[in-house]
Amino acid sequence: MTDQAIAPAHNETLDIGQSIEYLKQRFPEAVKDDTRQGYSGIVVARDQLVEVAQAIRDDLGFDYLSSATGVDYLGVEDSMEMVYHSYRTTGGPALVFKAQTERENARIPSLIDVWPGADFQEREAFDLYGIRFPGHPNLKRILLWDGFNGHPMRKDWHEAYYESDLKPFDSRWPKGYARRAEELNMFGKNVAYPDDLDLSKLNDTTEASLYSGMGLGVDVSNLSGPGELRTDRLVVNLGPHHPSTHGVFRMVVTLNGETIDSLEPVMGYLHRNHEKIGERNTWNMNMPYTDRLDYISSMGNNHGYALAVEKLMALGARYTPPTYRAEVIRVLMVELTRIVNHMWAIGFLLNDLGAFFTPALYAIAEREKILDFFEATAGSRLMCNYMRFGGVYKDIPERIHSTAVLLNDKVRDFNTLEYLTELISERLPRAVDELDRFLTDSEIIRARTIGVGILPREMAIGYSAAGPLLRASGVPYDVRRADPYSIYPELDFDVAVRYNGDIYDRYLIRIDEMRESLRILRQILPRLERTKGESFFAGNKAVYAPRVPLGEAYGRVENPKGELGYYTVSQGDPKGPQNPWRYHVRAPSFINLTPLGQMAKGSKVADVVAILGSIDIVLGETDR
Amino acid sequence: MSDLNLRELNATEFPIPAELQDNVAITSLNKIYNWSRRSSIWPMLFGLACCAIEMIATAAARYDTARFGMEVMRASPRQSDLMIVSGTVTKKMIVPIVRLYNQMPEPKYVLAMGACASGGGPFKEGYNVVSGIDQYVPVDIYVPGCPPTPQALLNGLIALQHKIDGQSLANLNDVPWYGVGPSDPVPIPILGPDIIDPRQMELIREKAAASAAGLPFGTREVSQEVLALAGGTPKVAVAKMEAKATVKVVEDEAVHAERLARRMEALARKRALVNQ
Repeated sequence: MTDQAIAPAHNETLDIGQSIEYLKQRFPEAVKDDTRQGYSGIVVARDQLVEVAQAIRDDLGFDYLSSATGVDYLGVEDSMEMVYHSYRTTGGPALVFKAQTERENARIPSLIDVWPGADFQEREAFDLYGIRFPGHPNLKRILLWDGFNGHPMRKDWHEAYYESDLKPFDSRWPKGYARRAEELNMFGKNVAYPDDLDLSKLNDTTEASLYSGMGLGVDVSNLSGPGELRTDRLVVNLGPHHPSTHGVFRMVVTLNGETIDSLEPVMGYLHRNHEKIGERNTWNMNMPYTDRLDYISSMGNNHGYALAVEKLMALGARYTPPTYRAEVIRVLMVELTRIVNHMWAIGFLLNDLGAFFTPALYAIAEREKILDFFEATAGSRLMCNYMRFGGVYKDIPERIHSTAVLLNDKVRDFNTLEYLTELISERLPRAVDELDRFLTDSEIIRARTIGVGILPREMAIGYSAAGPLLRASGVPYDVRRADPYSIYPELDFDVAVRYNGDIYDRYLIRIDEMRESLRILRQILPRLERTKGESFFAGNKAVYAPRVPLGEAYGRVENPKGELGYYTVSQGDPKGPQNPWRYHVRAPSFINLTPLGQMAKGSKVADVVAILGSIDIVLGETDR
Repeated sequence: MSDLNLRELNATEFPIPAELQDNVAITSLNKIYNWSRRSSIWPMLFGLACCAIEMIATAAARYDTARFGMEVMRASPRQSDLMIVSGTVTKKMIVPIVRLYNQMPEPKYVLAMGACASGGGPFKEGYNVVSGIDQYVPVDIYVPGCPPTPQALLNGLIALQHKIDGQSLANLNDVPWYGVGPSDPVPIPILGPDIIDPRQMELIREKAAASAAGLPFGTREVSQEVLALAGGTPKVAVAKMEAKATVKVVEDEAVHAERLARRMEALARKRALVNQ
């Protein structure tokens, strides 16, 4: 049977059910429906995974691999699996496929040849789950260091401060005596060593393994052709303490003269075990942790997580979706967050280009205005912890007079709606125009950014780039339009897109997006006024311990930095305490770094910093 | 307080004619030295996590640390006086942090900003998280909050200024750097199967030997055992364990003797100077 015999004329337009039928016909042995309760998609036999993936990409047009993550089903099925979410860049829902493996000696073929964007995600699965990916050219730990004891996300791996599998824990001050974890630890620290620790054989190979394969100490005569300047290669290490890496990111760069030969991103310096902690927390406890992912846009993170868990809850019987007012407030918050983030990103991109701190100061000043509103509403400037499953934590206040503002200025006291109206229709547009006027035509910026760090369209899709990085490469892919959620379908806005894929376009697209966000916000204000007094929460009271039925859900939002997805699995006892079985964050900052090495290749060393700045990463999310 | 208030600085009983009081001040070396130092604390440009965003906001227009002479953030540890540990310290990151701390010239201060840097914070239970930077480097100021607001950070910085004000040039035991020259570097942790503090090497070796003899090696097993020994009261158990976990600096005898001699020599020199 040939492909043509089965394939209808337009495979790219098949819906998910038809696509699965097509795959089942083409790979009758390998493809099975995922029949577990609450699950969707297909389970693919791992020996044919690469072929099936190729068919999914080429025949069915699911060209964008959004997320690939491991799950450990110890005690449920005693197997591990990789879950892949693939999308079409033309829009539409996901085709979910899974590959299962036994827990011992876990192996799943690498999909890096089909989607290069699987690179870091497979390395992460190897690091945290110990799943090996035959075919992956550079399979080594990514978040932890070489020589770390074990694979921490496995369900049977316990850390030094392990107390019990699930929260809530017992009292920390039984009988009035406060008990601190480090006091109960033998070493007074958060450490646990394996039984067979041999101090004499202790050698830290983390650094050495970084520099291996860099071609150091090579024969100079081989480096360049005759007639050219013969230069040796030089390794420059940027980070983790470096002013331009936006945190504790690290790049090991091999230079040939001034030109970059190779760039190896090194991360994990802020790996704070978000997912491991998240699988122990109850569902609601994770909300404040999501703030700390992309800590510049905490409202967006909240929204994604709320959507994912609401999707799960919707599988159950008793579920009321968020009210209209809740959705309006959510969109208001998220779009303001987008402006905050892009202000910050542009300010710091200019920092990286050498305009040290002045543009950033102007951008941050505008940001503070928005943070005042967040503080008055959510109670916190930065870590808002504002959204809940089914709504938001509380309604927006009548007046804004936060203590923070009071300290500076004792007379400030605003009506919230007037404040927002002034902010959205006057102050922020003016600020965006100001940035545009001063920066866009600046000769220095144009000289430094046009044609630098180019990411072509195909590569952007292949490498699973998301957000402004993807849209600046000519792919009009925005989750708000491609896979709509909340009240975005009824709002009028355009997906900003630029076509050159260089730093300049990534800068321009952020300006465009701020303008589009303001356009959305202007439509939100009348809705906010109209729904005043309505319930901002589904049901009649806030749900703090939601009943989450069995199943899986992937909730994703268009965060300022790109597509933020949460893959959550509920396997809990429907009557007992409920915790996520799997809680995975598809972090745009993390995956957007996959093409960094390719983008930086061939450019000058000073440009690397600008290229990294134009991706706009935040380390809380990259390393989680 | 970066403006020079002469009347405030004037700290002696020497009378100054009224018309000169705005131009001349007679003060102690201690006071003028500390005053100039506390008015020009240069923090290291060093952000770890979420708190770094608030740190930048503190340095920016609205909160403006330039009022305190702190706006010059230096990217190099060699040029900075203050390390603001702004965020979660992970085991992978503690190695560079200790190295950076050792590279800072004295006098140097450390400000633990936020819950994570002070004690692990919300991520304390994580396998890659250090329960507070003070387990490795000495901390001068702790600022609570998650993240601390810019006001809280400013309050911490002002507290640091007060601390500097109180330090004495003459009292040799007050701060290490005024007395006897540079203090010893903090040993850099090693990334083994888990993070290894070189100061605990002896203890770890002991445990490894015990493990070879068939005793349980690890943490919770031991704590259970000690708990049973202590008759179940956690207070006693913790006291016993703390005694066990006392930090021991493992050092070559010769190196130790040499360092001691150097220190005594410097101390004698300083004493002679003070007594002159």
